Amino acid sequence: MTLLSTPAVSVRDLRKSFGSLEVLRGISLDAAEGQVISILGSSGSGKSTMLRCINMLETPDAGEIAIGGEVIALRKGRNGRTEPANRSQVDRIRSRVAMVFQSFNLWSHLTVLENVIEAPIHVQKRPRAECIAEAEALLAKVGIVDKRNHYPAHLSGGQQQRAAIARALAMKPQLMLFDEPTSALDPELVGEVLRVMRSLAEEGRTMLVVTHEMGFARDVSSRVVFLHKGMVEEDGPPGEVFSAPTSPRFRQFISEHR
Amino acid sequence: MSTLSLMSLGSDGWGLAMLVAAGVTLSVASCGFLLGSVIGGLVAWVKLSGGAVARAAADAYTTILRGIPDLLIIYLFYFGGSALLSSIAGLLGPGGFVGVSGFAAGATAIGIISGAYQSEVFRGAYTALNRGEIEAAKSVGMHRALMFRRIIAPQVLRYAIPGLGNVWQLALKESALVSVTGLVELLRQSAIGAGSTREPFSFYLAAAVLYLAITTVSSWGFRRAESYAMRGVRRT
Ligand SMILES: Nc1ncnc2c1ncn2[C@@H]1O[C@H](COP(=O)(O)OP(=O)(O)O)[C@@H](O)[C@H]1O
Repeated sequence: MTLLSTPAVSVRDLRKSFGSLEVLRGISLDAAEGQVISILGSSGSGKSTMLRCINMLETPDAGEIAIGGEVIALRKGRNGRTEPANRSQVDRIRSRVAMVFQSFNLWSHLTVLENVIEAPIHVQKRPRAECIAEAEALLAKVGIVDKRNHYPAHLSGGQQQRAAIARALAMKPQLMLFDEPTSALDPELVGEVLRVMRSLAEEGRTMLVVTHEMGFARDVSSRVVFLHKGMVEEDGPPGEVFSAPTSPRFRQFISEHR
Repeated sequence: MSTLSLMSLGSDGWGLAMLVAAGVTLSVASCGFLLGSVIGGLVAWVKLSGGAVARAAADAYTTILRGIPDLLIIYLFYFGGSALLSSIAGLLGPGGFVGVSGFAAGATAIGIISGAYQSEVFRGAYTALNRGEIEAAKSVGMHRALMFRRIIAPQVLRYAIPGLGNVWQLALKESALVSVTGLVELLRQSAIGAGSTREPFSFYLAAAVLYLAITTVSSWGFRRAESYAMRGVRRT
């Protein structure tokens, strides 16, 4: 695929260590508008860390991240570690990049509807009535509009994750990051969340999905990236990489995860 | 005379004076408690996010305050405050002893004491927060002040309510110690009545009933507040 327009997200030579543990060892990745990229890899390969760097929940030690062409400015802090040069730029970029977490992380003191309208009203400063109408439409789309006045603790995991997806969508994000969105769910609830994600992919949203769901990677994503020890080991359309993997480690990973 | 007729609200009874004194008790305890909330909030914030020096100072504050008898702290504020005011007045012109009001000294002392306890309550409540919810707030682009106002403060308050209820009961009891400054709160008023009628038991019994009434109503209030605040939390 040729990238004629600016990539939705562009990662250049990303590095990150925790203490002496080098978790990301120079990752580069461009995602075009509308691409759905499944990020695979065994546990500890750095998938979540990479995703968390993209919206600055972790600060990279080195490298460059650009969202829709805007480079996130970093600088060396006083203690020698990198830090965001400009907090308001980070906040602005985060409001365009939505994150869906493994453990949902809905705000427990707010109802489902309140969770969905919180950021549109208070971060994006949009009119309340408009936000409520949109939130109800989004909740209907993910199939839990009847739960809008419930608190998160009273929903099943699958319902909570769908609410979290609605909360992410409410920001009208340019890019959606999913960090193992189905890993905390009981097996019988995985399907309902994957169905919602599939419909988002079909709408042409740009998504980076860290997942262990091989079915999703194979059937829904437009591209598969396999990480190994903090480096990109395999990268290509699912049809190609699954049938003819170039990396022996990815071949082994596939055989362990069918 | 029976306790009931002694405590009648009429002009020859002591009931009205006792009720007014109960009002003074409530006011000095509430002012102290609210001051303590402000102090406790700030100290908790310093303990959680301050530099090493500020944190050490905050720890010293709670350690010292919990190690000194409350009565002594009230004396220190009353006499220390008066000495300070007197020397300031001395600078401005000739003058003798200027006393701080018992109410101000008492409320300040209760505030300082209660602040030490409240800082621990707030700190504990903050550590009970789910980190993931804070990450979610960051991830939608909330800046720090907004995240504090919309996500952190409501949840900290929710977890703090039971602890704050206990600290409030303490403040109420400490308010009785303020009687040493001469402030006519419930205990002092009872002593006055007891002395002038020679019916100490009746007065102290009435005082006990009034204290109990205040604590009963307030613990009911805190329970209501807690169940309202915990409405989104699954009981385990
Ligand atoms: N905040 C952190 N502090 C220290 N180590 C971390 C932190 N986050 C992740 N790690 C470590 O980094 C490695 C990679 O983690 P992660 O990116 O979550 O991998 P993956 O998502 O591929 O399982 C793991 O060994 C993990 O223990």
